[in-house]
Amino acid sequence: MDIILSSISQGLLWSVMAIGVYLTFRILDIADMTAEGSYPLGAAVCATGIVNGLNPLLATFLAMIAGMGAGLISGLLHTKLKIPALLTGIVTLTGLYSINLKILGKANVALLKQETLVTQLQDFGLAKTNAVLVIGIIFVLAVVGVLTLLLNTQIGLAIRSTGDNIPMSEANGINVDRMKIYGYMISNGLIALCGALLTQNNGYADLNSGTGTIVIGLASVIIAEVILRNLRLGWRLLSVVLGAVVYRLIILAILEIPGMDADLVKLFSAILLATVLYVPELQKKLNIRRPKLNGHA
Amino acid sequence: MMKTKFMKKIAAISLVSVGILTLVACSSASSDKSSSETVKVGILQYMEHESLTAAREGFVAELEANGYKEGEKLVLDYQNAQGDQANLQTISEQLIDGNDIVLAIATPAAQSLATVSTETPILFTAVTDPLSADLVESIEKPGGLLTGTSDQAPIDKQVELLGQAVPDAKTVGILYTTSERNSEVQVEQAKELFEKAGYKVVVKGITSTNEVQDATTSLMKDVDAIFVPTDNTIASTMTMIGELSVEHQIPVIGGSTDMVDEGGLLTYGTNYEALGRQTAKMAIKIIEGADVSETAVEYPETVSLHINEDIAKQLGIDTSKLSISE
Repeated sequence: MDIILSSISQGLLWSVMAIGVYLTFRILDIADMTAEGSYPLGAAVCATGIVNGLNPLLATFLAMIAGMGAGLISGLLHTKLKIPALLTGIVTLTGLYSINLKILGKANVALLKQETLVTQLQDFGLAKTNAVLVIGIIFVLAVVGVLTLLLNTQIGLAIRSTGDNIPMSEANGINVDRMKIYGYMISNGLIALCGALLTQNNGYADLNSGTGTIVIGLASVIIAEVILRNLRLGWRLLSVVLGAVVYRLIILAILEIPGMDADLVKLFSAILLATVLYVPELQKKLNIRRPKLNGHA
Repeated sequence: MMKTKFMKKIAAISLVSVGILTLVACSSASSDKSSSETVKVGILQYMEHESLTAAREGFVAELEANGYKEGEKLVLDYQNAQGDQANLQTISEQLIDGNDIVLAIATPAAQSLATVSTETPILFTAVTDPLSADLVESIEKPGGLLTGTSDQAPIDKQVELLGQAVPDAKTVGILYTTSERNSEVQVEQAKELFEKAGYKVVVKGITSTNEVQDATTSLMKDVDAIFVPTDNTIASTMTMIGELSVEHQIPVIGGSTDMVDEGGLLTYGTNYEALGRQTAKMAIKIIEGADVSETAVEYPETVSLHINEDIAKQLGIDTSKLSISE
C-alpha cells in the first residue's frame, strides 16, 4: 500500500506539469516542447536556491518565475519571429540546456542533506510519502483554483478563444499574439514549478531529468480525456490531475509484474499506453454495434 | 441522459482503478520480506551501458562464488531504469521494500535509493565521487545507510602514460559530456594535472552522442592527443572516436578498459567486472552483520594498464616501453 500511496503522491506532483502541458496543448492548440527544458530549469533554480540557503518555498516560487521566463522566450520566438510552434519549443529547449547547466554549476546537485519543503513537513512528524501527498494536494488545489479563476477572467477567456479559433478571436479584437505569450508563460511556469517540487521529492536536481517529461504530461492529459469527457474547465483541470495519477499507477503496475524483464519495461509502458488511448475508439465501435444487435433480437 | 452517461463513466473509472490497484497490491503482497535463510538482494542499474553491466555481472558472480547462488541462498531482483529518471523513485521504493540489501549502479540510482531507504542498507558502485553526490559523510566513515565502491582511477598515471606514449605532444584535448557529474569531477582533476605537467589543455564538452563526431573532429585538428574520462555518453561512441583517431593519427587515452577496447589507445583504468566483485565482497560482509555506517568506501583494487594493440599499430606507437611508476 505504501508504494501505491507513493505513486499517487508522485502523480500529484507530476499533475502540475500535466496541467501546464494541457494549457498549451489543448487550450492554445500548440505542442510545446519547451517543457523538457523548463522542467529541469525549475529543478535547477530551486535546487541552487536551496543549496545557497534560500527558503524552500521561496526557491520553489523563484523556479516558477524562471519557468515563466522560459515561456516568455518561447512565446516571443513563436509570435514575433513566426517560428513554428514545434520548432520554437526545440529552440528554447536547446538553449535552456546551457542555462540549466550554468544555474546548477554542475550536472547533478544533491539535496539529500538540505532543508526542503518535504523535510520541513517531515519535521512535523509526517512520513515522507504523507509529506509529499500533503504538498501535492496543497499545490494542486492552489494551481487548479487560481487557474480556474484566471481562465474565467476577460484575459482568460481571450486565451481560451485564441486556442479555439484564431481568425474569429482576431475579428473580435483580441490580441492573439499576446494571449499565446500569456499561455506559454503560465504553462511553462507550472512545468518549472513541477520540476521544483519533484527535485525536492527526489533529493537531487539532474541536468538530464527533462528527457521524456513531455510524454508524461501528454499521456496524463490524454488519459484524462479518455476517462472523462466534456467537463467544465475546473473539473477538466482536476481530471488532468487524475490522469497524471493514473499514469503513475500504470507505470507502477508494469514495474510490479512479477519476473518482468527489466529491458522490456519501456515496451510494455508503450503497449499499455496505446491500449488506454484506444479505449475511446473502442467505445465508439461498441456504441455503433449495439443497435444492430438489438435489431436482430 | 447526460447524468447516466456520466455515472457510467465514473463506474468505468472506478473499475479500472480498482483493477490496477488490485494488480499492484497482489504483486507487492507476494514480495514480502521473508525471514528464512535466503538473502534478498535488489539491483538498480541506472542505464544500459557496457561498464555498468560488467560491474553488475561481476557482483552477481562474486556472490555466487561465495555461496550465495541465485535460486538457493539468494533471491535477486534486478531492475534497470533505462536512464529514465521519472521512474527511478518508484523502482527504488519497490527494491527497498522487498529486499535485505540493494545495489545501486551509477550515481542517480544511488541518490534515488538513498532518499527512499529508512533502514535497508544500500551499496553503490560505479559512482565516481560519492562525497560530492552527498551519498556518504566521509570515505572512511560513511555514517548512513550507504557505502560502496568508487570507480575513480588515479588520473596522474594517465598523464604519465600519455607522456610516454606520445613524447612530442604539446597540446592535450579533453572530451566529455557536460551533463555527467562523474565526468566533470575527472575533467577538473585531469585539466589541473595536465597543465601542471606542462601541457596546453583544450576542454570540449558535448551534450549528446550526436555531437561526438563534430566535436572530436574539430578537437583533433588542434591537439596532439585526447584524454577522455569514464564518461557514459563518450563510452557509447568509442568505436567512432577510434576511427577518427586512426584517420587523424591522434591517440585517445583514458576512460574505462571497455572504452579502450572499442577504439582508445590505452588507459590506466578500472576493471568494472573486478569492481563489481569487490563490491560483492563488501555486500557479503554487510549481509553477515557488518555495520554499513562503519564500512569505508573503497576505491578500485584492480587498476591496470590496458592497451589496445591494434590501435597502437595503426597509430605507429611502440607500447613495449610503457611502464607505470609505483
